[in-house]
Amino acid sequence: MATTAVTVERKNYINAEYGIRSWLFTTDHKRIALLYLVSITAMFFVGGFFALLIRLELLTPAGDLLLADTYNKMFSMHGQVMVFFFLVPSIPATLGNFLIPMMIGAKDLAFPRINLLSWYIYIAAALLYLFCIITGGVDTGWTFYTPYSSLFSNTHVVEAGLAIFIAGFSSILTGLNFVVTIHRMRAPGMTWSRLPLFVWAHYATSIIMLLGTPVIAITLVLVVLERTLNLGIFDPSRGGDPVLFQHLFWFYSHPAVYIMILPSMGIISEIVTCYSRKRAFGYTAIAISSIAIAVIGFLVWAHHMFVAGISLYSALVFSFLSYLVAVPSAIKVFNWTATMYKGSVSFSTPMLYAMGFIGLFTIGGLTGLFLACLGIDVHVHDTYFVIAHFHYVMVGGAVLGYLGGIHFWWPKITGRLYPEGWGRTAAIIVFIGFNLTFFPQFILGYLGMPRRYWDYSHMPEWQALNVLSTAGASILAVGYLLPMVYLFWSLRYGKLAGDNPWSATGLEWQTASPPPTFNFDETPIVTCEAYEYDKMPLPEEVNLER
Amino acid sequence: MNDSAVAEHTEHENRPELRHHFADVEQQRNAASLGMWWFLGTEIMFFGGMFCGYLIYRRVYFPEFAVASRSLSLWIGTFNTTVLICSSLTVVMAVRAAQLGKRMLQVKMLLLTLLFGLAFLGIKGYEWREKYVEHHIPTFADYNVIRGEGSLIKGDNAKFLGLDKLQGDPVKLREREAEIQQRTKIFYSLYFALTGMHALHMVVGVGIFTVITIMAWRGKFTPEYHTPLEIAGLYWHFVDIVWIYLFPLLYLIDRRPGA
Repeated sequence: MATTAVTVERKNYINAEYGIRSWLFTTDHKRIALLYLVSITAMFFVGGFFALLIRLELLTPAGDLLLADTYNKMFSMHGQVMVFFFLVPSIPATLGNFLIPMMIGAKDLAFPRINLLSWYIYIAAALLYLFCIITGGVDTGWTFYTPYSSLFSNTHVVEAGLAIFIAGFSSILTGLNFVVTIHRMRAPGMTWSRLPLFVWAHYATSIIMLLGTPVIAITLVLVVLERTLNLGIFDPSRGGDPVLFQHLFWFYSHPAVYIMILPSMGIISEIVTCYSRKRAFGYTAIAISSIAIAVIGFLVWAHHMFVAGISLYSALVFSFLSYLVAVPSAIKVFNWTATMYKGSVSFSTPMLYAMGFIGLFTIGGLTGLFLACLGIDVHVHDTYFVIAHFHYVMVGGAVLGYLGGIHFWWPKITGRLYPEGWGRTAAIIVFIGFNLTFFPQFILGYLGMPRRYWDYSHMPEWQALNVLSTAGASILAVGYLLPMVYLFWSLRYGKLAGDNPWSATGLEWQTASPPPTFNFDETPIVTCEAYEYDKMPLPEEVNLER
Repeated sequence: MNDSAVAEHTEHENRPELRHHFADVEQQRNAASLGMWWFLGTEIMFFGGMFCGYLIYRRVYFPEFAVASRSLSLWIGTFNTTVLICSSLTVVMAVRAAQLGKRMLQVKMLLLTLLFGLAFLGIKGYEWREKYVEHHIPTFADYNVIRGEGSLIKGDNAKFLGLDKLQGDPVKLREREAEIQQRTKIFYSLYFALTGMHALHMVVGVGIFTVITIMAWRGKFTPEYHTPLEIAGLYWHFVDIVWIYLFPLLYLIDRRPGA
């Protein structure tokens, strides 16, 4: 690898084989990650299209762009596509798939064929869901609440439910692969206390995927049975209990929020250490807090149901536990900021996303505490305050982390550098567009605008904030499209990256870019902790802010 | 290449079953077994949702659930449980036979396992047919637990359901009967969902064990390598254990309340 020319001609996972079959039948975790990357990006734009129509409808107080029924379908399908087909698989199935074996010094995930199977299951689910959209869609809200979904809705609930049921198995198999890989496939010397925090975060995520997803699977099966066979398990008029459905639904769907945010937190830990050139402050605290979030996250689900008629005592307990889950999240935020403190911080693209994440996630997390508080929750329940809160976590948190991670590891995945100037511009546009979209929604919610309304002509004074929000959404769309353009551009015209363009620690940076099919020519032997940036001064020729 | 790399290379040469991304056979076996254990963890959660729903409704609609539970045949249920436990025994004996390198014994034990598995499904099918004859299938229009051969309000049950006190009041009696009709429907819905999902797992298990039996017949399993048999066995035992919980919950507990 003495000269650039040699690096280019090296066999790597991309040029090892050619042709469509070599991709569709691959068992290489890196290729499967790319298959996932393409598929979830497509689904992201489907979900984004629905969001666009929602925002356009709300530009004016009258319900004038869409029919009321169409609007119901738009927000339902926006939620279902974004949650089940983009956010849940987003980071684990792409970056996690690509990086976990490399970070722990393994040749592949423990079960490569199951990994490929999980992608096919995802595709089958996505196609079924697209079929559901094309044949008329679904209007139950993303939550499938009974008895509306089981009795009254005359849209394609069965297809949507089955699609999400199937998608669940793709996520279970991914989680299973990660847990076994992290337990059994670590290179010699890669102890648990030397694991990169990205891997810790994915370990916690996988536990939630494994223990949560089956519950939503069986819940959706019951809804489908209830609807097709007319059973009455969740129908109050026949002695069934709709609140039981909500318990079962949120038992998965609240921890699912942590499936979305934990991998993003893992990315932030990698980026913040690298661009501050410092060891991770409180490595153990960050690692254990991931596990703590996964565990406590399973015990808070009923905070979605404070006004659903659950008993006051259980509401108090769930309120308390919801406050408790904020503690490990706060531990992470404090440790990231402490890592940056007195570090030599460079404001490169991934770091801009990471800093955006820390700020926006903090707002999203703190407004979560408002909602965990019984009194305030009654006031803002089912208003735009809730919408703004979870978009701060899922977009401001999960998506910003995802974009930061894609930029950070882009040179490793493709062997090319993206244009730094464009990268930073896009990061700033995303940040501005995001805040303009969602901050007004906090105020709207506090003023009482309910979610899922298509017409607010009885309150025309809400229009100004809605116009701001829609304007922000179009800026955000530009921020999403820009990386699509320049990342594609860089595949061909980007500068060659070299093995370790950011001088980062981590085993994935010690092998070639793009890596060879089996990741390492020889199994690495690990002799030091994860983030020894203090012993790794930045070489003169490396300028992280290019 | 360093020493460990040489050792790894030799191991890959000698053991054709070792896949490229594992360093040694031990690591491969551990990974497979851990994977199956975690998968069974997901299965517990999968059935857990339904068990939870069943227990909650059972508590809320206790008399109706107890009465509907009595309509299941204790003898058939017990016999079927025995059949299933026997199938787990033969699985264990097949694994032992593989450890001892006895091919024919393995195949015999696996065939017995398949036989017990299919017998269980057959008996379960017979039980479901009984429910059909008695008009106890919730989705059908002729569902009826009040009148006809599937009546659950005869004898002791009438008193237990509080019907004896309503004899003088035909309006209240009819209301109560409608209530019983609906609440037992929830029992049977959950009964069919639980036993149906369990039977589906049995069908998958029979499929897996057919493949395993063919592999055993071809002599794929040696005392050193029989991981597929072992982890398929784990799955089979798990499906048995689900039944071990289903049997008392559906058939046994409070079968004769007050007795």
